[in-house]
Amino acid sequence: MTIAVVVFPGTNCEHDIVHALELAGADTEMVWHRDTDLRGADGIVLPGGFAHGDYLRTGAIARFSPIMDDVVTLATEGTPTIGICNGFQILCEAGLLPGGLVANRDLKFICEPVHIRVESTDSVLTRAAEVGQVLRIPLNSYEGNYVADNIQRIEAEGDVILRYSGSGGEVDDGTNPNGSTNSIAGITNAARNVAGFMPHPERASEAILGSTDGMVLIESFLASAELARA
Amino acid sequence: MCEDGGILTYSFIVSIARKTGLSDPEGATTHKALTDLGFTGVSMVAFGRTISIDVEAMSQDEARSQVEAMCAKLLANPVMETYHIEPAS
Repeated sequence: MTIAVVVFPGTNCEHDIVHALELAGADTEMVWHRDTDLRGADGIVLPGGFAHGDYLRTGAIARFSPIMDDVVTLATEGTPTIGICNGFQILCEAGLLPGGLVANRDLKFICEPVHIRVESTDSVLTRAAEVGQVLRIPLNSYEGNYVADNIQRIEAEGDVILRYSGSGGEVDDGTNPNGSTNSIAGITNAARNVAGFMPHPERASEAILGSTDGMVLIESFLASAELARA
Repeated sequence: MCEDGGILTYSFIVSIARKTGLSDPEGATTHKALTDLGFTGVSMVAFGRTISIDVEAMSQDEARSQVEAMCAKLLANPVMETYHIEPAS
C-alpha cells in the first residue's frame, strides 16, 4: 500500500508526515506538485506548510498546481484523501471540501497543542477513533478559522468530524482557539473519503514528541486506504 | 491606454470582499480600535483587498470579460468572497 504525499513549493511538513505514516507501516512516495500522475496511490496526503507562499489566499494557487488534476480525479473516484492544515486549505479551495479558512479570531499565529473532540467516525480520518474521544494535537496556523456559507447543511449532514474542545471534551468559546465557526477543526465530504483538519497529527505521533494522540487519525487513514484498495 | 495595432491596454481595479455574515477578524478588530479611539459612530468595518490588473484586448468589453473569468476562477473564492470590477481611471 502506497500513500502519496504531495509536495508544493512552500510545503514544510512532508518529512514529518512521511515519518509518521511509515511508523504506522505505510509505504510512502513524495510527489512534486509539477508532476501530473499519482500513479494510482492508495491514499493521498496534502501536508502542512505555506504552499506558493500562501499568496492571494491560502491554497488558492496550489489548487491549480498540475498534480491537482489527478488529486481531484482520484479523490472523486473514492481514494482516501486527507489535507492537514495548509492541505485542508487547499482541499477547500479545490472544492473537494466545503467552506474555507480565514485569519484567526485574535489575528495571532497559533502554535500550541490544542484539544479536539471526535464528532463522527464516519470518515477516512476518524474511523478508528471513538465519538467523544478527546485528542491533544498541536495546531500551527494563522488562517485556521473555519467559515462556510452553508454551515447549517454541513452540520445537518454530519460532515463535522472534529471540534476544538477542552481536555474534558467541553466545546464553547473558551475552548475555541481560533474562532472557527461552531469550533470546527475538521470536516469530511459527502462521500466520506476526503477529510481536512487544521491540527498536525504527525506532531503527536511518538512519545518523544509529547503525545501519540495523532496516531489514531493516521491509523484511521491507513485503514481506510487499505479498505479502499481491497 | 496605449495603442498597438488595434490592441489596447485596459486597466481595472478588482475589489474582493468577505461575504456578509462570515467571520472578518481584521474588520472586527479595527472596528473595536476605532471605537476605542472615540470614533463612536462607526457601525461597520469590513476588510477586503484590491487587485490592479492591466489587460491587453481588442475592446473594453473583451478585457472586462477576461477579468470576470479571472475573478471566478482564481482571484476570488466564491465560497466566502464576492468581487466587484471597476475600470481604473
